[in-house]
Amino acid sequence: MIAFIIVAALVVLVGATVLVRRRSRRSVSPRVRAAMPEVLVRDVQPRPDLGDVASLERRLGSSRSVFERVRSLSGVGSLGEDQLAVVEEVLLRSDVGVTTTNEILADLREHGAPNGVARSLRASLLSSLGADRSVRSSASDDRVPVWLFVGVNGVGKTTSIGKLAQRLVNEGRSVTLAAGDTFRAAAAEQLEQWAKRTGADIVRANEGADPGSVVHDALGRARARGSDIVLADTAGRRSNSTNLLDELAKIRRVADREPGEVVETFMVLDATTGQNALSQAREFLAAAAVTGIVLTKLDGTARGGIVVAIERELGIPVKFVGIGEGVDDLIVFDPQHFVDSLLDA
Amino acid sequence: MFDALSERLERISGSLRSRGRLSEADVDQALGEVRSALLEADVELGVVRAFLDAVRERLSGEALSQSLSPGQQVIKAVHEQLVEVLGSSALKVTYAPKPPTVVLLAGLQGAGKTTAAAKLAAWFKQQGRQPYLVGADLQRPAAVEQLRMLGAQIGVDVFSDAADPVKVAKKGVAEAARLGRDVVIIDTAGRLAIDDALMREVRAISDATSPHYTFLVIDAVTGQDAVHTAKSFHETLALSGMIVTKLDYDARGGAVLSARGVVGRPIVFASTGEKLADFDLFHPDRMASRILGMGDVMSLIEQAERTMDPDVVAQSAGRMMSGTFTLDDFMAQLNQVRKMGSLGGIMKMMPGVTKEMRSAASNVDEGQLNKIEAIVSSMTKRERREPVIIDGSRRTRIAKGSGTSVSAVNQLLKQFTEMRKMMRQMGGPQPSMPGPMGKMASLAARAQAQRSESVPPGFESLAQGMSAGGAPRAGGGSKNKKKKGGRVTPPKQR
Repeated sequence: MIAFIIVAALVVLVGATVLVRRRSRRSVSPRVRAAMPEVLVRDVQPRPDLGDVASLERRLGSSRSVFERVRSLSGVGSLGEDQLAVVEEVLLRSDVGVTTTNEILADLREHGAPNGVARSLRASLLSSLGADRSVRSSASDDRVPVWLFVGVNGVGKTTSIGKLAQRLVNEGRSVTLAAGDTFRAAAAEQLEQWAKRTGADIVRANEGADPGSVVHDALGRARARGSDIVLADTAGRRSNSTNLLDELAKIRRVADREPGEVVETFMVLDATTGQNALSQAREFLAAAAVTGIVLTKLDGTARGGIVVAIERELGIPVKFVGIGEGVDDLIVFDPQHFVDSLLDA
Repeated sequence: MFDALSERLERISGSLRSRGRLSEADVDQALGEVRSALLEADVELGVVRAFLDAVRERLSGEALSQSLSPGQQVIKAVHEQLVEVLGSSALKVTYAPKPPTVVLLAGLQGAGKTTAAAKLAAWFKQQGRQPYLVGADLQRPAAVEQLRMLGAQIGVDVFSDAADPVKVAKKGVAEAARLGRDVVIIDTAGRLAIDDALMREVRAISDATSPHYTFLVIDAVTGQDAVHTAKSFHETLALSGMIVTKLDYDARGGAVLSARGVVGRPIVFASTGEKLADFDLFHPDRMASRILGMGDVMSLIEQAERTMDPDVVAQSAGRMMSGTFTLDDFMAQLNQVRKMGSLGGIMKMMPGVTKEMRSAASNVDEGQLNKIEAIVSSMTKRERREPVIIDGSRRTRIAKGSGTSVSAVNQLLKQFTEMRKMMRQMGGPQPSMPGPMGKMASLAARAQAQRSESVPPGFESLAQGMSAGGAPRAGGGSKNKKKKGGRVTPPKQR
């Protein structure tokens, strides 16, 4: 019963603190206001000339590729610490993460680099990306296949659904969209615009409706109209909230019930995300059995290296990548191309 | 996922030999750990290097403190440096002499600009201003629609039309002036940092409206790319400051330090949740602790406030203070705490919690909590109110009803009685304790003393952590402290 005393202490401490904060809240605001130091309005640097803006790419893309940098250091075949330092820097800057970077470096040290560090690194990264990337779009028996989209806020879930819907429509499938994001203001409107654009059918409800029921209705409608597939949107949610994850698990259960079958659960991930992506993947995997990642916004300066760590640690493969704003800019993930661009910094 | 930096430094601090001062080699070793911790927190590599140099300077030659272990001394230096970097040159929002004050928001796709715009408007409104929102994001489908809906929720008008973004922004500011609004917040389209077209567009909006403040909205889960983003926006717009969003995620938020490092402008606001009220001024000290993974009491409390029902908590906490705490109250509070997530997760956010304590807490699994709940649920209403009436036969019945043993029931009752006794004791005025938090700490410390056989090691440090972390905020002014210390009545009776 040690549990009891721990729980009791926790209950008491948290409860009392909330109480105290509630009592003191009224007096907080003016104090905080007074504590803000002064900066005069307009105390900002003059805006630079626009001429500078055009050269953004030049400013950002200054470094040479890893291959060149490693080659220029010392003799091919040898494994100098200075070469490894270059490799480390590239991996860290790509958001691969400290743990995975250290594992890869240890691997290089142990096995040497018979064909040069850069080539061994490439091989090592490629072997980390060896999972099965096939995409299921048909269900067993005669159930309606469902692609469920999950992810944190602002990663591009709704946009990814729109683009994948276009892709499926181009392949000659009839698509039903389920506007399961009933939380964010105007999320359903955004998806509706995609439905119009792609000619897909859409089922939506009012803001605040139960997302599970939207998905359920979409399944019924898809069945009745003979749609080939349902793409279900969900509200962006942080991955460290039990309640929100429970809600997601429930949506998945509803989508997986007769007549539906969840054939893919895509976690949409923004390429600019850092190490938190790993914990997102872990939590969404546990709550919604994620089967693949859609890596968005890969056309910026971010390299999305964290997906290497995610695939190594959790075995979740990237299946699609977004490389631009156009409808056709969501493409099938190609590990070779990805690794090349990772190392081409 | 990651060991807290403190734990790792403690692990190596055995080798940081006490020779009066930290040697170069000691500092090197410690800074290696700090480097990993910062990188794991997503601080950009270049910023990490500059930061470590500054910490090295702080540490080198510094005399070893008597009261701190070498590891703790390193942490202290790192923490101080973080607070200094994050917190210096804070920005006070003053208002233009000739209204309206124009605020421009810029940032990448998905950073949360539109939501931040609405939250900022709500904040200005709370400050007694009359804000006006302008939706100049004509790129993302339904972005203006989203802003309108949010505006309606907070009672702030939104201006937009289907013209081009620059015209919309310009018209919006003119409209605000006509309506006599004193703050205009312009939401702009987000795209990628390297997108010249976006940069030109947002720059054109800036040129057309001459904003008094230009804020970059940056997301706390961003990785190494944060510097690129911050740099390009700063070079285009000359930022006045930054707004950091998604601080309710479990990311360490090193991106904030990266952006601060390259831009040199303050982080002004922080967005800490999905609700429009979850928005406040930025707290550098909290952010520093968070980046170092040192626990974050304030965020824990805020999480508690978000998930807990304040009335339930206040009611039972009030009864707790007056010594009339019942098993019903305990169950109510337990359910509130369970809403916040796993005990292990909660413990992670508490400072001063040792590894033993944490593992003890993570061993308290759902099953054990369910058992406690089952025992209490098997009691009658009266038994829960007056546990003294529970005699032998009632105990047997409760044990049977809950599927546990009589000894488990006994233990629970015994511990509850003692807990209540202690609560009653601290109900009276105790001048030495700074407010209820201090009392909680003393309660916990007494619990430690009275039942050292059943309390896991580390309990004391939990209490210390809470009193250290909670008391200063809970107190505020010394007047407040005294008042709270003496208050015994539940708030609903006030």
